[in-house]
Amino acid sequence: MMSTTDKTLPVRTHHRLSASLIGRIVVLAIALFLTLGPVMWTLIESLSPADSTGARHLSLAAYQDVFSKIDVIRLFWNSTLVTGLCAVGQMATAALAGYAFARLRFKGSNLLFGIILATMMIPMQVTIVPVFMLVRGMGLADTLWALILPALPTAFGTFLMRQYFMGIPESLAEASQVDGASPWRTFRSIYLPLATPGLAVVGVLAFNGIWNEFFRPLIMTISNDNFTLPLGLVSLQGKLGTGSMSTVLAGVVLSMIPALIVFIFGQRPLREGLTAGAVK
Amino acid sequence: MATTTAQTVIATVPATPPAARSLKEANRRKQGRMAGWFLAPTVIGVGLFTVVPMIASIVLAFFSWDIISTPKFVGLDNFATIATSSTIRVSFLNTFGFVIVAVILQIVVALGLAVLVQTKMPGWLRGFFRSAFFFPLILSAASVSLIMSYLFNEDFGTINKILALIGLGPVKWLSTAAGAMVVTIIVYVWQNFGFTFLLFIGGLSSIPADVYEASSIDGASGWNQFSRITLPLVSPTMLVASVMAIISALQIFDQPYVLTRGGPGDSTRTAVMVIYQSAFTELHFGLAAAIGLVLMLVIMLATWAQFKLSTKFVFYM
Repeated sequence: MMSTTDKTLPVRTHHRLSASLIGRIVVLAIALFLTLGPVMWTLIESLSPADSTGARHLSLAAYQDVFSKIDVIRLFWNSTLVTGLCAVGQMATAALAGYAFARLRFKGSNLLFGIILATMMIPMQVTIVPVFMLVRGMGLADTLWALILPALPTAFGTFLMRQYFMGIPESLAEASQVDGASPWRTFRSIYLPLATPGLAVVGVLAFNGIWNEFFRPLIMTISNDNFTLPLGLVSLQGKLGTGSMSTVLAGVVLSMIPALIVFIFGQRPLREGLTAGAVK
Repeated sequence: MATTTAQTVIATVPATPPAARSLKEANRRKQGRMAGWFLAPTVIGVGLFTVVPMIASIVLAFFSWDIISTPKFVGLDNFATIATSSTIRVSFLNTFGFVIVAVILQIVVALGLAVLVQTKMPGWLRGFFRSAFFFPLILSAASVSLIMSYLFNEDFGTINKILALIGLGPVKWLSTAAGAMVVTIIVYVWQNFGFTFLLFIGGLSSIPADVYEASSIDGASGWNQFSRITLPLVSPTMLVASVMAIISALQIFDQPYVLTRGGPGDSTRTAVMVIYQSAFTELHFGLAAAIGLVLMLVIMLATWAQFKLSTKFVFYM
């Protein structure tokens, strides 16, 4: 069937391919350089700070400087605590709610799910003022709880986990019910283990979102002791002016390390989570 | 008493209830109870931290309140302030200008690169590019803005050093209105094009290869293939990508805050930045809530308009 095209096409496509291939490689190489260049530059600058004469040597001076200028350990701990608790909390709440919407039958299920989905469309900036007052009223202003509690329930996570649970055959639930298992038991021992990839998506997405968050911590925390890494870095820049660029960049590199680890191990879940619902 | 109640209950139950149905009924009630427990954390959380604050924001928008004294009902005063304050008006205009340029740039760059990566390339290389373009998404906007504020520094920034090499004078990136906006757009697009790129990779991979094969047999050139096949077939993805890009770009805050604090003057002040400032530096919480509502209305309107427009431009297979 393909015999005629097989004879004629390779010559033509090969000719065109080589011409367009070079152009494509050049454009992609430039795009690659522009994308990764600033990150490489950051790494190089942080590892080779200019001394008073302007000469550059490979040194960790900038990194020592970060530790002396800001409480890096504290910032790391705050970021880790907030991100960790949010990630675990989001996985738990999303798994429970997603399962209820996917597999449990109860009155008002569709309405409730619709309301939760609708809240996804409310931008955080619209509700931030009342949320701030609420948190303040609870006596949690300027604590890490102000960052953790409001971030625990997620409409998107619920949606994602519902989709995931719906992909697991319902016959499993029926079979376990016939065997006398309670809904909790069915959820805990059958559905949850099967939904681990979905949970990974929610967890990695939570990590990426919360670890990098700037707007909420800026509003909810006041004292340096309660800052998370992004806030700490911006405050570091403020303290140093434009003088010690390498010091700020060293801080940036330090804050990137956990994100990099998650990128290496969680790239797939992160990609799936970010584009979930967007690509049909 | 107990026995009579039991007897009446037994009496009212149909003589021979189908066992299966009553089991199902009991199961259903049990499921309903369980659902309550499963949903409690999410429903209470979403209710407390999204639904109630949303309603509170609507109410608050009609009040003047500095968090200390008692709230004072001011009717539509806050909305009148939004309409008349030049800072707020400029910040919304800045936001719109930013969104138009940034989103178009983001889509053009992402689609262009996706087409280049998608066609005739070994799988490992495609995977490499996908990871590389995705990478900026994992960084915090604050970190990225810090890096870029040094790269675009007027006196010692690497960008100006490179420009000097080819004989171009130092560009005042962050101290002029136009320069600051250009940098804000570059920084934002640099960080976010990877997301749109991924969407297009997904959209392109769903186009069957034989459509291209057939058209190249018919002698269609690269540009013709792109405009007559790729563009129409990728238009549903284009709709999703642009809706998502516009929604998130309308909420820009981190980049201009770290790069310029909204300056010089009001040139990079955005809608979210005036929400932040009205509430947390000027302690005018009612006004902040009102600006938030206007922003949400803009987001909803933009999304609705796009879906309306899409009926003309989006091509479904």
